[in-house]
Amino acid sequence: MATTDTVVEHEVHDDKELWSGAKEPFKASYGKLMMWYFLLSDAFTFAGFLIAYGALRFSSPTWPVPDFVFKTHPFGDSELPLIFVTVMSFLLIISSVTMVRGVQEGHRNNTKGVVFWMLLTILGGIGFLSCQAWEWTNLIATEHMTVTRNPFGTHVEAGVYLNDDGSESDEVFEAGASYLIHKAGHHGHGDDHGDGHGGDEAHGDDHSDGHGDGHSADATAPGDYKGHVVDNQGFLHRKYKVTEGPDAGTVKYESFGPKSFGALFFFITGFHGFHVFSGVVFLFIIMINAASGLYVERNNGHEMVEKIGLYWHFVDLVWVFVFLVFYLL
Amino acid sequence: MGHLSYEESIKKVYQGLILLGVVTLVEVGLSLFGKGYIVSGVEEYKAVIYLVGLGLIVLSLYKAYFIIYEFMHMRYEVKGLALSVLLPTLLLIWAIIAFFQEGGSWKDRRDQIQEKNAEPSDAQGIFDLNYSFVFGLPLCK
Repeated sequence: MATTDTVVEHEVHDDKELWSGAKEPFKASYGKLMMWYFLLSDAFTFAGFLIAYGALRFSSPTWPVPDFVFKTHPFGDSELPLIFVTVMSFLLIISSVTMVRGVQEGHRNNTKGVVFWMLLTILGGIGFLSCQAWEWTNLIATEHMTVTRNPFGTHVEAGVYLNDDGSESDEVFEAGASYLIHKAGHHGHGDDHGDGHGGDEAHGDDHSDGHGDGHSADATAPGDYKGHVVDNQGFLHRKYKVTEGPDAGTVKYESFGPKSFGALFFFITGFHGFHVFSGVVFLFIIMINAASGLYVERNNGHEMVEKIGLYWHFVDLVWVFVFLVFYLL
Repeated sequence: MGHLSYEESIKKVYQGLILLGVVTLVEVGLSLFGKGYIVSGVEEYKAVIYLVGLGLIVLSLYKAYFIIYEFMHMRYEVKGLALSVLLPTLLLIWAIIAFFQEGGSWKDRRDQIQEKNAEPSDAQGIFDLNYSFVFGLPLCK
């Protein structure tokens, strides 16, 4: 039929144009398309990290409970689980929204609007980075977590903590309870110790003689005490008596939590934080360019703002999953 | 973009903000519920832990969908572009299943070794144990 012939002819004609460089594949500019594929590859990098986290978490008998680890925040003494990291999530969500507004103003070639909304986006990003800096400082300086040491442990048996003289205290815990191993003498616990004969077993010692005159210097020096063990790095592992299960009656001391937690936390949140940081740098450069009127002159207008917008939303997208696996689950 | 008026698209952005904020708050609430902060005692039930975990994953995937389709404008791109970016991520489903399975298997093997180590053994057994430590061979009698 005549109509079919014309259609075919028309398509052939179109194809020729498509492959001779006159048309954009997928109707997206080269820069935007490549930004999408870069983000795809970056998604695979993050997915590799997060899957490694999952595999190592599944391989550990215990794992630090996030609402115990992440309950500190810089606004006062009260401990509210997850509140600080929720604030961080909101900062990223809000900065994502201001970014969308910036892109919208870019479509209208409204330079002032673009600069205003990008500035708010940058502030959101800097706010997020500041929060992360505080979180890391707290974990490293106050709680002594490093890439190879994880002081957040979990009890696998029910038990009761021992007093400094080796008698049972009234601090009872269930299996699954979390603890944080402090440095000796840092958090009050190591300060009021009674006699500390190094090396003797505090097994079932129920009378409370000898409590009182002690030199805190002795109780915080590395050694085996009745109520705790201080290791060579100065960490104080409290002793406890197991009350249930096959080991009931034996005295054990707190051990460090799974080592890989610290490495995974610092590498993954650090890699994400590095993305946020580089995003802030690029946002800043493009904001300056926009303010100078550069993009108004260009044929493709404010497309650069769209591209950095894609990147910025991706950073928010990754945070959705980092937030999920590190803080929520 | 082109099909929406300027005012409509601005309204849509702020609706998106409210949506993402509410979903995030629901997620935090759900997570704390699963840990027994809101109703104490629920964290003892395996079913609660699994359901809360599933709920959190679904909500996170919804957030990811919303960010990609609305904020990153994937909804308004050509279908081929969307498919070429999204289909490769299906490979991750295989990776997640394979590696999580592997992680669980490491744990079982570790438990097995610990059990074997705890077994009372005669002198011959101790010799085997030392031998296997030296050469890194699996424990066998």
